[in-house]
Amino acid sequence: MATPASRHPGLSNGQAVDIQSLPIMATAGFLESVAQAVAQGMRVSAFFAQPLDQGRLRLWAILAQDSQSLLFPYCTDLEDAHYPALTPRCPQMHLFEREVCEQWGVEPRGHPWLKPVRFHAPYRQGQANAGSGSGNQVGVTDYFRVEGEEVHEVAVGPVHAGIIEPGHFRFQCHGEEVLHLEISLGYQHRGVERHLAAGPDRRSLHLAETLCGDTSIGHATAYCQALEALAGDQASARAQMLRGVALELERIANHVGDLGALAGDVGFLPVLSFCGRIRGDVLNMTGLLCGNRFGRRMVRPGGVGYDLDSAVAAELQKRLDILEKDLTVALDLLWGTSSVMARFEGTGAISGQTCKALGLVGPAARACGVERDIRWDMPAGIFQFAQIPVSTWGSGDVHARARVRWLETFRSIAFLREQLANLPAGEIRTPLGPLAPNHLAVALVEGWRGEICHVVTTDAKGNFSSYKVVDPSFHNWFGLAQALRNQQISDFPLCNKSFNLSYCGHDL
Amino acid sequence: MLDIILARMQQKHRTMKFPYGPAPQMPPRYLGRPAVMPGDCPSGCNICREVCPTGALGRQGRLGLDMGRCIFCGECAPVCPAQRLRFTQDHRLATGSRADLLVDSEVIRPASPLDAQRKRLFGRSLNLRQVSAGGCNACEADTNVLGTIGWDLGRFGIHFAASPRHADGLLVTGPVPANMRLGLLKTYEALPTPKLVIVVGACAISGGPFAGHEEVADGAGDLLPVDLYVPGCPPHPLTILDGLLRLLGRLPEPGKD
Repeated sequence: MATPASRHPGLSNGQAVDIQSLPIMATAGFLESVAQAVAQGMRVSAFFAQPLDQGRLRLWAILAQDSQSLLFPYCTDLEDAHYPALTPRCPQMHLFEREVCEQWGVEPRGHPWLKPVRFHAPYRQGQANAGSGSGNQVGVTDYFRVEGEEVHEVAVGPVHAGIIEPGHFRFQCHGEEVLHLEISLGYQHRGVERHLAAGPDRRSLHLAETLCGDTSIGHATAYCQALEALAGDQASARAQMLRGVALELERIANHVGDLGALAGDVGFLPVLSFCGRIRGDVLNMTGLLCGNRFGRRMVRPGGVGYDLDSAVAAELQKRLDILEKDLTVALDLLWGTSSVMARFEGTGAISGQTCKALGLVGPAARACGVERDIRWDMPAGIFQFAQIPVSTWGSGDVHARARVRWLETFRSIAFLREQLANLPAGEIRTPLGPLAPNHLAVALVEGWRGEICHVVTTDAKGNFSSYKVVDPSFHNWFGLAQALRNQQISDFPLCNKSFNLSYCGHDL
Repeated sequence: MLDIILARMQQKHRTMKFPYGPAPQMPPRYLGRPAVMPGDCPSGCNICREVCPTGALGRQGRLGLDMGRCIFCGECAPVCPAQRLRFTQDHRLATGSRADLLVDSEVIRPASPLDAQRKRLFGRSLNLRQVSAGGCNACEADTNVLGTIGWDLGRFGIHFAASPRHADGLLVTGPVPANMRLGLLKTYEALPTPKLVIVVGACAISGGPFAGHEEVADGAGDLLPVDLYVPGCPPHPLTILDGLLRLLGRLPEPGKD
């Protein structure tokens, strides 16, 4: 059998392709190609169904070949409402197949864990609700249960104790030890993809900015990159640089907040206080860019919403110096406190092998020693010209996930210093032309949680015919469940914070 | 221990003086309370409504901007040929009624203090339960920020409780997806009476960018009796704090401060 790579030339990140130039595979060949590609080390960046006319469906798989910086879009038109599941051979497909099943009623036969993902009404009328469980009553499903003497079950959520988003967690415990954690989400489902697919319209960009509000820059950048690819236009070098600045500020703010929260979860309050305050200072730096602490209004199709003058650049440089100093003191204290390290080290460890099998992304993957970073592997925008080294740590535990954030934060500060000192001239925004009809575009962005993937297809008129969003949390929630295996249940908050995944990004 | 003390000295005292001193400065590009300038719209002009993503602008008789729907994207002001729309630097957005969120002039109508009975009960100690019902984590994050040392919400006797049974009020964020409706209502019922409801962000007030999606309830306004509306997308922490303090009667009325 030919290698998948020989069938398609492959796309680079932020490139559009005429759908008619792509071969439509037979379903069996499509499934085999996906399985083989994954066996050869490719990752599934996206997998989704696109509705065609007369109720027919097209399955798409976007495979990422990191070593070649290429993306391979495979597709097949389904003949039946079922197909043999890929998940048994390819664990990273497991949530994708559940998602397609829930949305479109296409059953992946032989799927070992076929349950609802978001508990919403099916996308097609008259379609049976898929998976086990009872229709779309949120949280009602057949939870995995461990039976036996002294085994007990702990249920947490949807409403949690802190100021955080809702989700349901079921622990199967033997004494203090967690044998299995099942995570059931969907409480945040707002119909984002369904409405994005009806675009582009004046709300589309704002849906991208708010589908996961702590990653506004990341998702808005992915949306705009996809649009620019379809329009055949590019944002100017200056705009790309400004997007990069905003993206790294978003990363620093969230990483610093997470490091503080990790300290808080082991009861080390000084660093919680320091980092909580420092995070706010970083949000205020984004506020200086565009007026909004979360970067709303900054990224716009064709460029950015706001320019940066030399006075603001100088002010940001000044604040970066203060930030670096305060953060160094705070984090040296964290690493130097043995009671903190005793709780971080060895807690919630995941092996590199598990990480690759599950297709984890972002700091969670890099903490397993897996070099996986879109800024490096599939650079787009400013990252084609200014590389940030990939930060890894080998131990796969809470400590590693904290250390990766720490490394990335300081590398992002260095990147910002360099960019702010070398502002390229140019327009900040150029109007986009019409979108190419019958095209597919893939845009990847390394958000602070990991790979953000937006896949857009257009119809004959150049409107969207499907819109797929894959937030990094979609890949990583199962990683958290794995990290909890054989851990003490009291370590759950710490493990959870070390991933800090998005509920709304998952639920869409 | 010495390391901690030295680090603490390096990090300095950070709690802001506000409200006993000046409020923190907003960034120059901040879009605060909108103002509708007096004058007439050009005949037949509809351009602001055409660019607004959330239907926040209306012209029933006169031009008005609904802060409850506005996500402060700022698209409208630059396109107005008559320059009737403006976003000020004023962070005071919170109101006590849905109607007061409708801006049709430059007048500010901030929230009034609670009635005497509830002010006596909650004025010096207010425990809030927060429920995110479809929130994107931006309103949640900037509510959380109020607990950091810079803002130190605890100095006003305001705390966030882990259980609704321990709370005096509910602070809701998000457009309330169908999947969170029950969770929200059950939490509300679990609060002892008398109780407060505070809605934070465009989503919780009107559905925000998700308004009209059949997956959401367009906010909590039709589900719960709301005492305080804090608009924004997300509101700045100062806006949320301003609302809370006004509700408790701990800030002077505008013009008297």
